[in-house]
Amino acid sequence: MNTSFDFEKPIAELLQQIEKVKQVEEKTKVDMSATLAELQEKLESAKKEVYSNPSGWQKVQISRHPDRPYTLQYIEMICDDFIEMHGDRTVKDDKAIVGGFGSINGRTVMIIGHQKGTNTKLRQYRNFGMANPEGYRKALRLMKLAEKFNKPVVTLIDTPGAYPGLEAEERGQGEAIARNLLEMSVLKVPVLCFVVGEGASGGALGIGIGDRVYMFENTWYSVISPESCSSILWRSWDFKEKAADCLKLTSENMYSNKLIDGIIPEPLGGAHYDPAAMAETLKAKIVEDLDALCSRDIDELINERIEKFCAMGVVQEG
Amino acid sequence: MAWFKREKKGIITSTEEKKEAPDGIWNKCPNCKKPLHYAEQVENKYVCHYCGYQLRIGSKEYFSILFDDNDFTELFPNLRSGDPLEFVDTKPYKDRLEENYAKTGLNDAIRSGHGKINGQDLVIACMDFNFIGGSMGSVVGEKIARSIDYCIEHRVPFLMISKSGGARMMEAAFSLMQMAKTSAKLALLSKAKIPYISLLTDPTTGGVTASYAMLGDINISEPGALIGFAGPRVIKETIKKDLPKGFQTAEFVLEHGFLDFIVDRREMKAKLSSFLKMMAN
Repeated sequence: MNTSFDFEKPIAELLQQIEKVKQVEEKTKVDMSATLAELQEKLESAKKEVYSNPSGWQKVQISRHPDRPYTLQYIEMICDDFIEMHGDRTVKDDKAIVGGFGSINGRTVMIIGHQKGTNTKLRQYRNFGMANPEGYRKALRLMKLAEKFNKPVVTLIDTPGAYPGLEAEERGQGEAIARNLLEMSVLKVPVLCFVVGEGASGGALGIGIGDRVYMFENTWYSVISPESCSSILWRSWDFKEKAADCLKLTSENMYSNKLIDGIIPEPLGGAHYDPAAMAETLKAKIVEDLDALCSRDIDELINERIEKFCAMGVVQEG
Repeated sequence: MAWFKREKKGIITSTEEKKEAPDGIWNKCPNCKKPLHYAEQVENKYVCHYCGYQLRIGSKEYFSILFDDNDFTELFPNLRSGDPLEFVDTKPYKDRLEENYAKTGLNDAIRSGHGKINGQDLVIACMDFNFIGGSMGSVVGEKIARSIDYCIEHRVPFLMISKSGGARMMEAAFSLMQMAKTSAKLALLSKAKIPYISLLTDPTTGGVTASYAMLGDINISEPGALIGFAGPRVIKETIKKDLPKGFQTAEFVLEHGFLDFIVDRREMKAKLSSFLKMMAN
């Protein structure tokens, strides 16, 4: 693991020790297996302790880990075949949202998701996963295509927000997201949504209206990032940990507030520790849900979808 | 020279005899800085008669401008916010709500009413910026959703007057989901083929722009209104350049194709009722 967080320090230290012991063993040819075993045991228990109950802010950090898998990596791992499609047919192709038809266990599915880059150059190319209006319009075009050919839609959400740029405003960022919310709520095919990393506000919701909305265990989903929340409410970025707690943005919070349908467990420490296992869990969930949803009457499903979102919110009648 | 010499010291007028000093009768136009008399403002539909600036007004004023004889039935007036997250920033959300109830006399940042404009039925939901910046939380979402249900049930056109800084942070993800809720309800309204007019007033930004405000059968605005998704300050920080003059004004948004027209508040009622008439005939 090339990047570790403050709270992972005990683990990083143990890993270092193990590495050292291994080097010594190689050099001196002395059998150190007893020491190694002891250290491994310590490592396991340290992992359990550190990852058993991460705070809101820690989850935000894990969700942003640069080694976490992104949409295209998941697609590669869960699809037998995939054809990527580009462009919104109006302005251009947005690199921050990708999509296309994929085949999962022989079933054709439209997969759409935010895409971040894996190195500095690619991060810029993908605009850090912040989509412009074209991205949302490409997503809608692909969903409409899926609807036409009666293929279910799966979206993978991982964005720090819709891009707040000059051209984005000129081309109607607000309208593009709003249109997706409306169209997705009545899309005539089953829709599954997974928050696989960051779920920031309208930028996330813009591809996030589905029959089932899940969050991966170590992700966050809210109306604003903890940093921005801190800077608005406390006029400083120093309260981001507190803001993360206040916003109740973790998968557990979101599930207990009935704002999502379920939590997808991650490998210990996060999805980046074992991307293959993570993809396997994701694939299994997609297959299970589509088996159940594809046989349902679609009008009934749409009614349930609308009713689910309409039940969200807490009001008092005076 | 005793005639101007004060004989008794201090204030000698008793409290009962005191005349009420007129309060808030004059205020200044925020644009041209000229003094405006309250009676003139009302008469001129809260538009500055010197420079044409459309003063920021709330639901009370919009209802009085649009509904015939200011006669309407208020819908779902008693909805108030819960505090599902027990949110505390510099002060508890509960206290913030109480302060705003007392300050504005409103129950949240939106009111909805059913009345007639030039004889035609219309439901108007109008946001109040005075209440926590017109922010959209559960009550705003719920009231819009119920108003839409009401419109579908009674087959009455719907006018939404937006005026908001965006989602209400103190309700976090609950606020976010109001975007989904209102948009889903609008899909049903659209399916029922009932006209939906979205009037975006100064300012309309954030999650409100990215949901119901941009989904009108017609989207309209008032001259000079600020309309955008991201706030100007955020965009400036992102692109690290000064923003062009007139960026994110109603005129800019019209030019880029996201509004049908801009109408001066003094002609608003006539224009709305002529649209409604065309839809009905």
